[in-house]
Amino acid sequence: MASSHLLSSITFLPLAGSAGLLILRREDLVWIRRFAFVTACAEFALSLLLLRGFQPGEPLYQFEELHAWIASPPIRYHLGLDGISLFLVLLTTFLTPLAMLASWQSITRRVREFFLMMLVLEAGMIGVFLALDLFLFFVFWEVMLVPMYLLIGIWGHERRVYAALKFVLYTMFGSILMLIGILWLYTRTGTFDLPTVQALLQTGQVGLSLSNELLLFAAFFLAFAIKVPLFPLHTWLPDAHTEAPTAGSVILAGVLLKMGTYGMLRFCLPLFPEAARRLAPYVAVLAILGIIYGALVAMVQPDLKRLVAYSSVSHLGFVVLGIFAFNTISIQGALYQMLSHGVSTGALFLVVGMLYDRRHTHRILEYGGLATPMPVLSALFLFLCLSSLGLPMLNGFVGEFLILLGTYQRHARWAAFAATGVILSAVYLLWAYQRVALGPVTVERNRSLPDATGRERVILFTMAAVILWMGVGSPVFTRRMEASSQNVLKQMERPQVHLAGTAGTPDLLPPTKPATVGTVPQGRPRGGHP
Amino acid sequence: MFPPPEDIARLAPELVWSGFGMLVMLVDPFVPRARKGAIPFLAVLGASFALLATALPARRPGPAFAGLLRVDGFSVFLHAVVGVVALLIILGTTEYLEQEHLPQGEFFALVLFATAGMGVMASAKELVTAFIGLEMSSISSYILASYRRSAPRANESAMKYFLLGSFATAFFLYGVAMVYGATGTTRLEAVQAAVAAKETSGLLLTLGLGMMLVGLAFKVSTAPFHIWTPDVYEGAPTPVTALLSSAPKAAAFALLLRILFVAFPAAVDTWFWVVWVSAALTMFVGNLAALVQTNLKRMLAYSSIAHAGYILVAVAAASAAADDAPSDLAITAVLYYLVAYALMKLGAFMMVAQLGGVGERRAEINDYAGLSERQPLAAACLTLYLLSLLGLPVTAGFLGKFYIFQAAVNARLLWLVTLMAINSVIGAYYYLRVILVMYVREPEQEWAPSPIPRGVALVLLLTAAGTIYLGLFPGAVMSFATQSALSLR
Repeated sequence: MASSHLLSSITFLPLAGSAGLLILRREDLVWIRRFAFVTACAEFALSLLLLRGFQPGEPLYQFEELHAWIASPPIRYHLGLDGISLFLVLLTTFLTPLAMLASWQSITRRVREFFLMMLVLEAGMIGVFLALDLFLFFVFWEVMLVPMYLLIGIWGHERRVYAALKFVLYTMFGSILMLIGILWLYTRTGTFDLPTVQALLQTGQVGLSLSNELLLFAAFFLAFAIKVPLFPLHTWLPDAHTEAPTAGSVILAGVLLKMGTYGMLRFCLPLFPEAARRLAPYVAVLAILGIIYGALVAMVQPDLKRLVAYSSVSHLGFVVLGIFAFNTISIQGALYQMLSHGVSTGALFLVVGMLYDRRHTHRILEYGGLATPMPVLSALFLFLCLSSLGLPMLNGFVGEFLILLGTYQRHARWAAFAATGVILSAVYLLWAYQRVALGPVTVERNRSLPDATGRERVILFTMAAVILWMGVGSPVFTRRMEASSQNVLKQMERPQVHLAGTAGTPDLLPPTKPATVGTVPQGRPRGGHP
Repeated sequence: MFPPPEDIARLAPELVWSGFGMLVMLVDPFVPRARKGAIPFLAVLGASFALLATALPARRPGPAFAGLLRVDGFSVFLHAVVGVVALLIILGTTEYLEQEHLPQGEFFALVLFATAGMGVMASAKELVTAFIGLEMSSISSYILASYRRSAPRANESAMKYFLLGSFATAFFLYGVAMVYGATGTTRLEAVQAAVAAKETSGLLLTLGLGMMLVGLAFKVSTAPFHIWTPDVYEGAPTPVTALLSSAPKAAAFALLLRILFVAFPAAVDTWFWVVWVSAALTMFVGNLAALVQTNLKRMLAYSSIAHAGYILVAVAAASAAADDAPSDLAITAVLYYLVAYALMKLGAFMMVAQLGGVGERRAEINDYAGLSERQPLAAACLTLYLLSLLGLPVTAGFLGKFYIFQAAVNARLLWLVTLMAINSVIGAYYYLRVILVMYVREPEQEWAPSPIPRGVALVLLLTAAGTIYLGLFPGAVMSFATQSALSLR
C-alpha cells in the first residue's frame, strides 16, 4: 500500500467537509449539524481502514506519502504512520464525532462556524500525528492553534477571552522556540525530513556536541512540555479546560495534550538521546511532582470541571514518566495511558458538560444526590470515574500498571512515588462522585433534572464500551504498539564515537560576531582586503 | 545631448510613472465632472504600463546614465514590489476619494510621483541620485499625508511628518556630504574601494555613514527614530497609510542594503552592532507599544515598527554570515519579507479604510466588535491579514518569518533570533485580541455596514489571495528573490 493516498485523504477530508459547510446557508442549523457529523463519521470510518492495512510487527513507517513541496529550503510533504501515531489518529477521529454530538444542542450561536472549526481542528490534529517532515509538522502544529483559540474564545464560558489568549500564548512561546530548534537542526543536517535527520544523527554522519544536543533537546522539549503540560508549565490548562465549551475540553484533553507526549516520543528521544538520558532524572522529578500536585489540587477544587482538568495534569505526569523511563514496557504503557486518558477524561468532560447543560454551573456544591433524579447518567459517571482512577478491567489500569511496572524495573523509587498518584486519584474522583451523586438531594432544583437523553446515552455508552474493551482487550492495542515502542529505544542508540562530547563541526553557539572581513573569498566585492 | 536608448530603457518604469503622473495632472482640469472615472482609469493604466515597463530593463541589466543608476535583478524586484503596491493603492482608493469628497487628479499624480521616487531609490548606485529619489518619494508622501485638509488630525500628522522627515533627509544629505568629504566620491563602488583601501579619514567616514543610517532609519521607522510613525499613520488618510507603510519602506530598505553591502562592506564591524541593537530595540518598542493601543490604525502602525525590526534581523544576519551564500540567503529573506509584508499590511490598512466609513469615524478596536456578524467576509479577510502579520503557517507572513529565522540561525545569531521569537509571541497577543473582538464581542452601538465597493473588493481579494499563495507556494517569488539577492553586490 506504499503509494496509496489514504493518509492524505484522512488529513484533508475534514477540510473538504469544512469547505462543504461554507456552501450551506448559515440558517440551516439542522443540516449544518448533520453534514458536519456525517463528515466526522466518514472520517472515522476512513481511519478504520488504517487498522485493517496496518502491519503490526513492522517498526517503520507505513502508508508513507512523499511529494515535493517547497524547493528551497527543501521541504517535502511527507506523511507516514507507525504504531505510535496509529491509535492517536484513531483517537482523534473517534472523539471528534462524539464531541460534535455532545454539542448538538448546547451550541446555539454561530453554529456553522463552530462545526467548521471542529473540522479544521481535526485536520490539524491528524496532520500533526502524521507529518514526517519537521516543517510540515510545525505547520500543522501551529495551524491547529487557531481553531482551538476560536473554540475557546467564542463558545467558551465567562473568562473565555483570558483563557483563550493564555492558551495560545503559552503554546506559541514553546512552539516558536521549537521552530528555531528545527531550523538549527536543518543547518546541521540540510534536511527537514524526519527519517533522514534521524538516520544522519544515528549513524553519526552529523554529530552534535553535547551542549548543542542539550540546547536542541530543550528547544523541542519545552514546546512539548507546555503542551502536555508538565508540572510548572501547566497553569494554562485549568483555565483553558474550564472555560472551553464541552467539545473544546474533550478535544483539548483527549487529543491536544497527547501532542506533547507524542512529540517527546517522536522527536526528543530518538533525535537527542544523550540529552534525554542526562535530563531524564529531572524530567521524572517534574513528572512525579505533576502527578502528586495535580492530584492534590484536584482534590480541593470546588469546581467539577476544574477538578477534571487538574486530574489531567496528574495523569499526563504518568505518561511523561513512562516515556522517560526508557523501557519498552513503560513506553507502551505511556502510549496506552495516552489513549485511555483521551477516552476517559474526554468522557468525563462530556458528563460534566451534560450536567452543565442542565444546571449551567460547574460548582460541586450545586449538585448532590444526583443519583436519585438521574440514575443512568450517575451510573455512567461512576463508571467513568472508576476507569479514570485505574480500576482493573478498565482502560486506565492497563496504562498505569504498565508504566509503573516498566518504571519500577529501572527506577524503583520513581515508581514508588508515582504510585501514590494512583491512590490520590481514587480519593479525588470518588470523593467528587460522592458529593455530586450520592446522598440526599441537597438542592431542590436538582430533583426535577431529566436523566440522560437518547443522544447522551449513545455518546456515553459508546465511550463506556470502548473503555471496557480497552480494559479487557488490551493486546489488540499493545500488539500494534510494541514494535514501534521498541523502535524508539533502538533509535536512541548511537555509535560510541560521538558520545565523547565534542565530535562534529564547530558549535553553533554563542559567537554572534560579524564576519571577519579577511576570510571572505576574493572575487566578489564584499571584503576589500587583499 | 540625448541619452542613449539603453539608458532610457533602463529608466523606463520611472519615466512611465512620472509621465503618467503629469498626464493625470494635466488632464484632470479638462475632464468634466460627469466623466471623472477617466482619471483613475488613466492612473491605473499608468501603473500597469509601468509594471510592464519594469520588464523592459529586466531583459537588459546594466548601468545607466554613466553609472548613476543600475538595473539588475535587485532593482527589478523592488520596482515590481513598489509598482504592484502603487497599482493596488490606486485601484482601491477611487471610491474612498469620492466618499471623502477629495480631488482625484492630484492624489493619483502624487502616488505615481512617489512611486517613481521609490524606483530611483531602488536602482540608485550613487548617493546624490539616491537622495533625489528619497526626496521625490518623501515630498509626495508629505502632501499625501495631509490630503484630508479639513481634518485637524491629518494636518497635525502631516506637519509632524514633514518636519521630522525633512530633518531626516537633511541628516541623510549631510551624511552624503561627509562621505564625499572622506572619500572624494559619492558612487557606491568607488566609496567601497576607498573604504577598503583605508585611505580615508575614519572618523569622518563613520560620521557620514552614521548620519545616512539615521536618515534611513527614520524612513523605515526603526527605533529610536520611529516616534513619528504612529501619529502619522493614524492621522493620514488610511489608503495613504497603506501606501506609506509598504512601498516606501521597501524602497528605503533597498537603499539601506545597497549602502551597507555595496558601499560599506569593509566597515561591517562598525555597523553590525548598530543594526543588531537597532533590530532588538525596534522589535521590542513596536510590539510592547502595540500591546496597549486601542486604535486599530495606531496598533498597526506600531506593528509595522515591529516588522521593520524583524527585517533588520535579516539585515544583521546578512552581515554576520561568514561567507557569501548564507549572506545571500539573508538578503533573499529580506526581499521575501518585504513582499509578504507589503501584501498583508496593504490589505489590513485598506480594510481599515473601508470599514472606517465616511470621515474615518471608526478606527477604534472596539468599533470592530461584532464585525463577524455584520460582514463575515470582511472579518475573515482581516483575520487572515492579522494571522499573517502574526506569522501563522499557510500565510505569507509565516514563511517570511521562517526565512528570516533560517537566515539568522544560519548566521549564528541565536540571541537575536530568540529575541525575535519572544517578540513574535508578544505580537500574537494584540493581533489575536483584535480577532476575538471581531468574533466575540457584541457591538456597543449598531451601525449599518456599507457595502464594499468593487475596487476595494478587488484589492482585498488580490492581497488575501497573495497572502495565502505566498504562504503555500513561495517557489516563484523565492527564486526571483534569490536571483535578485545575488545581483545586489
